[in-house]
Amino acid sequence: MDAILLQTLNGLDKGSAYALIALGLTLIFGTLGVVNFAHGALFMIGSFCAVTLSRLLTLSFETVDPTKTDFLGNPAKVKTPYVEAWFGPEAGGTIIDWAVPLAIIFAIPVMIAIGYAMERGLIKHFYKRPHADQILVTFGLAIVLQEVIKYFFGANPIPTPAPEVFKGSFDFGMLIGMDANAVIYPYWRMVYFFFAALIIGGVFAFLQFTTFGMVVRAGMADRETVGLLGINIDRKFTIMFGIAAAVAGLAGVMYTPINSPNYHMGMDFLVLSFVVVVVGGMGSLPGAVLAGFMLGILESFASMNAIKAIIPGIDQIIIYVVAIVILLTRPRGLMGRKGVMED
Amino acid sequence: MSKTTLTRRGVLRSGAVAGAGVALPTIFTASSAAAYTNEPTGSTVTLGFNVPQTGPYADEGADELRAYQLAVEHLNGEGDGGMMNTFSSKELQGNGILGKKVEFVTGDTQTKSDAARASAKSMIEKDGAVMITGGSSSGVAIAVQGLCQEAGVIFMAGLTHSNDTTGKDKKANGFRHFFNAYMSGAALAPVLAARYGADRKAYHLTADYTWGWTQEESIASATEALGWETVEKVRTPLAATDFSSYIAPVLNSGADVLILNHYGGNMVNSLTNAVQFGLREKEVNGKNFEIVVPLYSRLMAKGAGANVKGILGSTNWHWSLQDDASKAFVKSFGTKYGFPPSQAAHTVYCQTLLYADACQRAGTFNPCGVGQALEGFEFDGLGNGPTLYRADDHQCFKDVLVVQGKENPTSEFDLLEVVEVTPAAQVTYDPDHPMFAGGQLGTCNPGA
Amino acid sequence: MLGIDKKDRNLLVVVAVLALAAPFILNPFPAGSELAQFNAGYPDLMQRFVIFGIFAIGFNILFGLTGYLSFGHAAFLGVGSYSAVWMFKLLSMNVLPAIILSVIVAGLFSLLIGFVSLRRSGIYFSILTLAFAQMSFNLAYSVLTPITNGETGLQLTLNDPRVLGSSATADGSIPVTNLFGLEMRSTYEMEVGAWLFQFNAGYYLCAFIMLAAFYLAMRIFRSPFGMMLRAIKTNQTRLNYTGLNSRPYTLAAFVISGMYAGLAGGLMASMDPLAGAERMQWTASGEVVLMTILGGAGTMLGPVLGAGFIKYFENIFSKINDSVLHGWFAFLPDGMENALVTIVHPFVGKGWHLTLGLLFMAVVIFLPGGLIEGGQRIAKMFKKKKGSSSDDDSEHSPKQAPHVAE
Repeated sequence: MDAILLQTLNGLDKGSAYALIALGLTLIFGTLGVVNFAHGALFMIGSFCAVTLSRLLTLSFETVDPTKTDFLGNPAKVKTPYVEAWFGPEAGGTIIDWAVPLAIIFAIPVMIAIGYAMERGLIKHFYKRPHADQILVTFGLAIVLQEVIKYFFGANPIPTPAPEVFKGSFDFGMLIGMDANAVIYPYWRMVYFFFAALIIGGVFAFLQFTTFGMVVRAGMADRETVGLLGINIDRKFTIMFGIAAAVAGLAGVMYTPINSPNYHMGMDFLVLSFVVVVVGGMGSLPGAVLAGFMLGILESFASMNAIKAIIPGIDQIIIYVVAIVILLTRPRGLMGRKGVMED
Repeated sequence: MSKTTLTRRGVLRSGAVAGAGVALPTIFTASSAAAYTNEPTGSTVTLGFNVPQTGPYADEGADELRAYQLAVEHLNGEGDGGMMNTFSSKELQGNGILGKKVEFVTGDTQTKSDAARASAKSMIEKDGAVMITGGSSSGVAIAVQGLCQEAGVIFMAGLTHSNDTTGKDKKANGFRHFFNAYMSGAALAPVLAARYGADRKAYHLTADYTWGWTQEESIASATEALGWETVEKVRTPLAATDFSSYIAPVLNSGADVLILNHYGGNMVNSLTNAVQFGLREKEVNGKNFEIVVPLYSRLMAKGAGANVKGILGSTNWHWSLQDDASKAFVKSFGTKYGFPPSQAAHTVYCQTLLYADACQRAGTFNPCGVGQALEGFEFDGLGNGPTLYRADDHQCFKDVLVVQGKENPTSEFDLLEVVEVTPAAQVTYDPDHPMFAGGQLGTCNPGA
Repeated sequence: MLGIDKKDRNLLVVVAVLALAAPFILNPFPAGSELAQFNAGYPDLMQRFVIFGIFAIGFNILFGLTGYLSFGHAAFLGVGSYSAVWMFKLLSMNVLPAIILSVIVAGLFSLLIGFVSLRRSGIYFSILTLAFAQMSFNLAYSVLTPITNGETGLQLTLNDPRVLGSSATADGSIPVTNLFGLEMRSTYEMEVGAWLFQFNAGYYLCAFIMLAAFYLAMRIFRSPFGMMLRAIKTNQTRLNYTGLNSRPYTLAAFVISGMYAGLAGGLMASMDPLAGAERMQWTASGEVVLMTILGGAGTMLGPVLGAGFIKYFENIFSKINDSVLHGWFAFLPDGMENALVTIVHPFVGKGWHLTLGLLFMAVVIFLPGGLIEGGQRIAKMFKKKKGSSSDDDSEHSPKQAPHVAE
């Protein structure tokens, strides 16, 4: 029982990352009909926004401390971040500690700008091209983006910890009357879950309750007719691309304390996010979110020892097994609409 | 910087200028005219440095390349000589190898067996490399070792820790300086027992591929021999990035130690996740919960940040060692590049020097002669204390370091501190130990 | 002759000449010169060119004709490799039975996967094939290790039982792959002045098989069966309304291209007896997709060009390091030399991915039909200069259909 509760919690958390990435991908699929292989790269760039901000905040000046020596035996240089020098070690330290949450503010404009530039500069010219061309060009772009990041940040993962107050874990089991340590859950993962819920809710509300959202939804359903009504749908779609990039980027920013970011994390998520989107059904936002959470939870269950004992290696393939079963039983995924990306 | 490329082919060219335009069939089937594959006939000798330059281990590969360049400089008599001055064998003169200037070609293994073999083949077939070295994973090392055996060149393994490299997949043309999973277990277990007590219950998380399994087997049997109990061994997919679902059940399993048989990105993520779950602040069975990482890599551990603090593991070499050889190497490397070398850099530097020295002593580049010179070779002064290149399996036997994540690092490189130097005798095993059984060296292959 | 028209015959002759003379064509620079870095005429890379050429030709039969975009074709190549290596381990070092078995096994495997996956179309089909291939890769890497030898890859050992043939040679080595005694690795080296050309037995075997595969693909493209596949790409619904069941046709195309992939896998193992699980990873499947699109999907020659292009970058550009760069620019004054090296440095050696990514983008932006279109444009330019009327080769580059699949 506790194991099931535990893995459900884990699954919700994994699922929220999948759902956020898939949400952004579906926005682009659904609105623009573009197969964007660079979407994982956007997630990765979001993570590196957090890394960049934490680097900026810890920009330091060096003073020579004659009492210490460095690895070559020379007098050591001690680095003091400017932030600490300006605001005092106490306040400065807190600002540096909060780099990841602060990066949200930093990442939103950066990601929207990147998304905007990508759409105007490149994707726009590929709306009428075959999907194969879109795959090739966005895949090329993904490689270029990740190589640029690798050039500046190296290939190794970069630690980007959460603020001190979110360190450690919460004993969820005690709260509902179980033994101590039965169900523990890290604070930051709870933050991630609520953050994801907030973003998902925000995107839905935006599409549902604003005029802008209404036009975009109409455009998703029938682009030509909306254009005939004299609405500049292209403009709206550019903004949607920016929003999708921002959603992917924010998912990346908040993910950094869970796993140290590296330059190829986008590729690691790429295949998975496509599977999530397709299982959810092409062009369906609720489908993407549902599939994200469902696959996250099933993946967590598959990694339980009791289940692995029955089917060895099931945690290696569970995602794909589920994808195959769903696509064979529900031709358009969980909530897909007829005719989207089928031809 | 000017460079004259005078490879074997270059010399062939100058010899054949007279016959320009005329086909001169000279060699039939795998160069029967030469005594062995890619015999250097000019004034230079070409070595092939095959390291990961793309993919997750690219930074390790880059550090290996730096060390190779340093080694080549030292062999050619440039720079301060590094560990050539402390090496117990004094055959190397600083005039290249056997009087031939050392040149090198580089390639990208991509940490994939296929790509690594393609890259090694191009070095052998196109560039005339007489020795291949490098790599940052056991799969690649074993694949390239097999290729070098077939092609008839020497393979000096880089970073490879699986028992299989000098166990069931050992080859006559392949040599390993790096330590292995068995040694990690044998060195680490006594320290663990001394620190954490003899009645511990261990939970293993293991990367689900060959290296992970040999690591798990080694550390489990070493700790069980000292009284520990193994509660559970759980395999995790190599592609996993989030280990939460594997770590969450650990606390509830009755185990009080978590052993992470992971390397590289897997290790960084699983350790980060384990610390996130607050495992280290918990008490189980009345004891503090502990985490162990059997194989540490400082470069990678950096990715886990503060999470490594206080966590025990083993490593092949660490820059903070205070013997003359290590100091000389750190000085030489640090002066040139501005930061201390990694264990990967150290092992490949040693391998290059050991190869060069063996050629010098054998008086030939012939893989069979070089192999003979390396087999049973005893040396000192390369940073690991007295070392034996055992003839039975081409594995180096030397001291193993048990290290711990440092509580108060003084710099970004100062992540680990050495808590014990386990003497070589304690990590030595019989060549027919069951964990290494099943393979044969075969005979050396000069390729001709 | 050969049941193909004149234009196709010319194309076949051109490909044959290119393939047979590859050791000359790919080695344009004298050995030992600074530009020798760009020579690709050594056995391993030449073999890779034609083997991946076969893989891409086969993939193009499915994708180029029917429009079904499979993201799991690497699984068939991997399965082919594993079967071939097992054949070497158990039966004989002769490559012929190994290649035959790898084609058969890959064919059966693709029949199974194709039968299930072809129940869906469009991106749903792509994801199904991707899921099957990723499952194969993950299992081969972990729980199937007894069959696949996991991370290390399946290798020959000195203890292989080998029914027809010996476990080890007299001098204690593992025997090498051969075709009735002709060793695949044997190479005839020819010096012509400053040049050194290598003629490798394995390469020529691959090249002949590639020519046969190319010819077969040509016949398929021009056959009524090929027309039917094109009809499926153009409008499957309309085809269904006419009372035709298109599934057997697409399945046949899927299995044929799976067998091509198995053939490529078997040849790879025959040239170098190792089968690694990475051959089945989604990146490997993605690679053949990129090769085909890059070269020009639906054209005869395009996929082969694309395969060569990507393999060339992987093997040649990744080997250019700083000392090579310094060697090239050594004739310049020091300051300029260093500046140039700094500029070029991020694009070669460990940065070869970056160059490849940029070229993907450049090709797809400027040459929508792939590399083959670049060739046609150049050809057209020459034709115009000569003043002859332009002769558009629409057969070889049919209009791109505006969708992945139907």
